[in-house]
Amino acid sequence: MYQYNENDQRIVDERVVQFRGQVKRRLAGELKEDEFRILRLQNGLYLQIQAYMLRVAVPYGLLSSRQLRMLAHIATKYDRGYGHMTTRQNIQFNWPKLEDVPDILDDLASVQMHAIQTSGNCIRNISADQFAGVAADEVVDPRPYAEIMRQWSTFHPEFAYLPRKFKFAFTGAAQDRAAILFHDIGYRAVKNNAGEVGFKIYVGGGMGRTPMIGKLVNNFVPEKDLLVYTEAIMRVYNQFGRRDNKYKARIKILVHELKLPKFIELVETEFAALRQEGAVPLDAAEIDRVTAHFTDPDYVDLPDKSEAFNQHLQDDKDFSLWVKQNILAHKKPGYAIVNLSLKKPGVPPGDITDEQMLSVADMADDYSFGEIRSTHEQNLVFADVRKDDLYQLWQALKDIGFAEPNIGTLQDMICCPGLDFCTLANARSIPIADKITTCFDDMDYLYDLGELKLKMSGCINACGHHHVGHIGILGVNKKGQELYQITLGGSAGDDASIGKIIGPGFDQDEIIPALKNILSTYTRLREEGEGFLAAYRRLGMSPFKEQLYANN
Amino acid sequence: MQIIKDKAIIEDNWVHYCGEGDLPEGNIIVSLDLWQEMDLSGRNIGLQLEPDDMLSDIKDDLHHFDLIAINFPTFADGRGYSMAKILRDRLGYKKEIRAVGDVMRDQLFYLQRCGFNAFEIKAGRDIVDALEAFEDFSVKYQTSSDEDVPLYRRQ
Repeated sequence: MYQYNENDQRIVDERVVQFRGQVKRRLAGELKEDEFRILRLQNGLYLQIQAYMLRVAVPYGLLSSRQLRMLAHIATKYDRGYGHMTTRQNIQFNWPKLEDVPDILDDLASVQMHAIQTSGNCIRNISADQFAGVAADEVVDPRPYAEIMRQWSTFHPEFAYLPRKFKFAFTGAAQDRAAILFHDIGYRAVKNNAGEVGFKIYVGGGMGRTPMIGKLVNNFVPEKDLLVYTEAIMRVYNQFGRRDNKYKARIKILVHELKLPKFIELVETEFAALRQEGAVPLDAAEIDRVTAHFTDPDYVDLPDKSEAFNQHLQDDKDFSLWVKQNILAHKKPGYAIVNLSLKKPGVPPGDITDEQMLSVADMADDYSFGEIRSTHEQNLVFADVRKDDLYQLWQALKDIGFAEPNIGTLQDMICCPGLDFCTLANARSIPIADKITTCFDDMDYLYDLGELKLKMSGCINACGHHHVGHIGILGVNKKGQELYQITLGGSAGDDASIGKIIGPGFDQDEIIPALKNILSTYTRLREEGEGFLAAYRRLGMSPFKEQLYANN
Repeated sequence: MQIIKDKAIIEDNWVHYCGEGDLPEGNIIVSLDLWQEMDLSGRNIGLQLEPDDMLSDIKDDLHHFDLIAINFPTFADGRGYSMAKILRDRLGYKKEIRAVGDVMRDQLFYLQRCGFNAFEIKAGRDIVDALEAFEDFSVKYQTSSDEDVPLYRRQ
């Protein structure tokens, strides 16, 4: 993974000093809260219902064991012993004290981490395919480009006060696992016929109260133009994005209102002007320098078949279930990708304790070259595990509760913090998620349902990505009562779609029966081997709706 | 009034004129509307731009202005950063570009990177303290009006 050089380190260190000064001025009353709010948000510090929340950047979801140990230390020393993995691959702490935050940032900086631009109306931390570099379907490893973009967007002087927040995502694989069509800019690294790397650039995707699928703005931007083309998009947005209404300020609205051809024309005109002014293209040498940080670890040449592994598969049914559900094929023979499930009844999705962090760090050292990935589905990944080691690792993961064989099932739901923490929320989401994972705990039934993306948000801002759940749940507040609306048919992948509301919402006691009802319609009407999303797309909303509201 | 110019605190020799009352003596800063309406011949003129003014409307008139002020009604409105960049890099404006309005030390580093070289710090804030903001960061990744070469070519 990328290692800071002296300059990278200095920037992060100087940010700590700057933020320490801002906190000091705030505590002394020299900065008003409405001023400080904008400044602290640019450093990932929110004021939530009961306390501050600090969101720490995990650039494109890559962590070292050393970094994870520091996160554990922070959870122990400054928080209540846990952290929370977010839907953009970051980690947040829910209970830091304002006066401690500069010290936390100091600790983070000591392991090449920070909270820069994890919030605020600026270019946010960059997310990417969690299987980058190891996926069998990868065309281009997106991590070097994501890192180059991280550096370029860090303290970009022109784009710190945008109309609204701005999110980038990268993939370089055949299958999009980074939801690039639901980001302000989605980058898909591709190769042209000459074998040169470039990017398909999608603009204007997003969720929130006006969900939209990103639109293709350029089919092939050569890698040397990656930064300048992005600068052109950002400048068009900074000048013309709406600032009169927070809910219409995202770039998706600008693209929608201008219409795509006009937006593209503005971007291309700006891009041409920037080039004419001598904008510096990205050097091949710089791409090479950064790419050198993302070479393969020291894999051993192994046979693809592991006898020990196969024997355990035969002997231990629980192990084989875990392998079937949580393990993915690796590009290198003899290795596997391991998903750690942070979802199980009784625990908020994505929560991880300090002790679990320490254990995961040790396992990463023992089994996966000291690296950990975080996913936008709020889980963790060991990307490079020898098949021979899987059985031992599985047992270690069971000990800390991260071996639930539920990846991709209904239990593997995405969920925002909701009304228990968040000032924006209209309804609780964590207790509802708990009800669902507790109720739907028959694994045979869940396996029979197959891949099912269930996503829940406690308000229309859609941090829980409900718009793109095969089944989505949206918490609303109607006349003081928390109600849950259900949407069907969303998808965050290459077949992107936005779920549709099925009908009137349900209260917290009705939501489980409603889900059961929808799932029974699916199992009754599905064809052989047909997943939920495919069945919904074939059948449409009607049969689900008729069955769900049959008694009304 | 004191302002920061070229990283030093100086006594300002410009006056803002909003169109009401007698035209003051000396160097005056006026809005685009006023400049278009009034006969200001023989005066040193500074033009004050608002975030939604279009640079395309004045690009052929830049030689009339000894100073361009860009207003920040709130520091969260970042349009002025792109305006200054375009004035410097595209339209070749070489004279003073001044940030006015909701301007405090926390914006100065970015502002000067985008081509601003003068700053009216908002009332009630310590201008001496603000001066330190230019040193907040000793390293910059990107090219901008203050830096032609990206960091990776300098390291």
